[in-house]
Amino acid sequence: MIDATLLFGELAYWQQTSLRVVGGLTAVLLIAGTLVYVHLFKLVSFMQSRLGPMEAGPFGSLQLLAEVGKFLQKEDIFPRKADKFVFAAAPFVVLMSTFLLVVVVPGGPDAWFIDSDIGVYLAMAVSSISVIGILMAGWGSASKYSLLGGLRATGQLIAYELPLILAVVGVVIQAGTMNMQLIVYAQADGAIFGWGGIGNPYILTQGVGFLLFMIAMQAELTQTPFDMPIAESELVTGYMTEYSGMRFLLFFIGEFATAGVFSAIAAVLFLGGWYIPGIDPDDNIMNVLGPIVMLTKIVGLTFLVFWFRFTFPRFREDQLQKLAWKVLIPLALANIMVTGILKVAF
Amino acid sequence: MTAISDREKLSYIAAQAADARLNLELETEGMTLNLGPQHPATHGTLRIIAKLDGEQVISAEPVMGYMHRGYEKLAEVRTYPQVTALVNRIDWVGSFANEVPFILAAEKLMEVEAPPRAQWIRTTLFEMSRVANISLFLGDMALQLGATTPAFFAFRDREHVLNQIEAVTGGRFHPNFDRIGGLKDDLPAGWITETKRAMRKMRQFCEEMEQLVLGNEIFAARSRGIGVIPADIGLSYGLSGANIRSSGVDWDSRRDNPCGLVHSELDWKVWTHPDGDSFARFWVRLQEVRESTKMIDQLLDGLPSGPIMAKVPRIIKVPAGEAYVETENPLGVMGYYVISKGDLVPYRVKIRSASFSNISITPWLLQGVYVPDIITILASLYFILGDIDR
Repeated sequence: MIDATLLFGELAYWQQTSLRVVGGLTAVLLIAGTLVYVHLFKLVSFMQSRLGPMEAGPFGSLQLLAEVGKFLQKEDIFPRKADKFVFAAAPFVVLMSTFLLVVVVPGGPDAWFIDSDIGVYLAMAVSSISVIGILMAGWGSASKYSLLGGLRATGQLIAYELPLILAVVGVVIQAGTMNMQLIVYAQADGAIFGWGGIGNPYILTQGVGFLLFMIAMQAELTQTPFDMPIAESELVTGYMTEYSGMRFLLFFIGEFATAGVFSAIAAVLFLGGWYIPGIDPDDNIMNVLGPIVMLTKIVGLTFLVFWFRFTFPRFREDQLQKLAWKVLIPLALANIMVTGILKVAF
Repeated sequence: MTAISDREKLSYIAAQAADARLNLELETEGMTLNLGPQHPATHGTLRIIAKLDGEQVISAEPVMGYMHRGYEKLAEVRTYPQVTALVNRIDWVGSFANEVPFILAAEKLMEVEAPPRAQWIRTTLFEMSRVANISLFLGDMALQLGATTPAFFAFRDREHVLNQIEAVTGGRFHPNFDRIGGLKDDLPAGWITETKRAMRKMRQFCEEMEQLVLGNEIFAARSRGIGVIPADIGLSYGLSGANIRSSGVDWDSRRDNPCGLVHSELDWKVWTHPDGDSFARFWVRLQEVRESTKMIDQLLDGLPSGPIMAKVPRIIKVPAGEAYVETENPLGVMGYYVISKGDLVPYRVKIRSASFSNISITPWLLQGVYVPDIITILASLYFILGDIDR
């Protein structure tokens, strides 16, 4: 879609592809690591009047490596009655959904993994794969707590998939495209009542959609107040109860990487993506600045996620379903209707 | 003992709850879920065998005794002063309060009375152990409902009280400070000012909890109407303390059955709540912490001077007889029934601990609720495992 650039211009297709694969892996792991350190270790510690890790590296920044090393050393335990294959495969299925999700997120005019015309649709579709992984983990563990957690997760994720998708529909109607890259351009080229100084981030017009997306995202990530499936004080840790070592680490990475990737999608859809006001979006410098802008927005949005996570108590399962079906979905449908009417009218 | 709230209204609520409970039409093959003995929500080793239909509890039965340490029997081979070191460990979060009723029972048998200063300091420490104990509950119940931060705040602010207890007694958890006829030591210099500052901090903590937990809609949705105990049912199961006061029964051992402590000379209020649900139990306990901090301020202001030890023989032999003394401990009514045959050691000690009675209502209460509500109810009943099993 954009002309050749310095970065990828002279490279062959396979070279570009391998670069993007490496980029994708880096993006997922980098985001997960950043979020674990910045939010889980530090932000939460300060909220709870603690210091967090301080010993490993400056301000404990190398604690992450220590944690990974600890998990890698741990024994990989299989419960005796576990369905071995399903139990072993479940974390990979969950993580796969995250990796598939990250490919639709653009980081600059040419810094994209795939440039799909159905990007939004693809994102919503592959995000559902994690449900299968969680159900596999819940069933394969042969533990009652895991089973309850897995079933709760399935019910919850299916219920909250709907408001998530419906919240996005408003953006798609307004932008007139499902291509994530074009949605960024639509926001960059937009104007607020004729003033195009900062483009038109859709959070201004789709404020309700943004709110719904963030709530549904919190539920999709099974973070408090929607952490019924994990519910440490009642189901121990739900579907993750029986996992240890490397496989637990995969779930853990998956949790934080998915938080990052969902925030990235929210940033693209509602906050203008990688675009910086005042710089021509096709300028090559955006391929370098774009990912940094995205990372900033991701950290900002996940801050909200973790702020809620460590402040609120959790809903009960029935209250959670009521919220989805009786509040969020009607609100999302109304939002779509209003957006559609305004789109036709103007 | 009078119930302030409308009993008919409460039994109506209970009937509604019972109607909403078992949905036998959809009954499928049940599942038995063992909550515990190792489970984060039981903070100890309580086991609850819950028969589930889906996520609904058909029947639940608590299994106690995993932490039975046989204190009643051990007390029979300890001299009277040695027993306090044992009973400290019954309710380990508010341990000084465990010593008081035993010492009072021994004093009753020996017919000695502690000097006024000792009584006032004893009451101060008694109330401080309540503040330390219940402030932990306030954080813990929020933690059980999924909010992690209040628990850290509770541990942080309880420290102020524990530091003050440590300054007097030398022990943070197990003071072992109460003596027959008085106390081991007098207060250290500067303690009163420091304690008043700590109490101010605890009142701030209560404010914080009120905003962070009590004012939260999700907390209210999770705890209102959950685990409703009507006053008469609660009384028939022998509930005591904040658990029964939150069902509208206006009864507090400190006010209605005073024995050796100086609560009657203070200006304070017994808090009750008419609802009897988990929310009410949290609310009543929050008010009690506040009330206790105010009581401690009054106690420190009115502290009489004088000796802290009555005249007791060096080797304590308790004359033959029996005595039962109960006090309003942080978890509820705690009583010691001591029989003496005139020896160095008690002939028999029966310990009535509050949590054992409080937890006995769970089979009735847990019937028909959902799995998440088990946790809410257990957290709101507030038991300490050592207090159940002894």
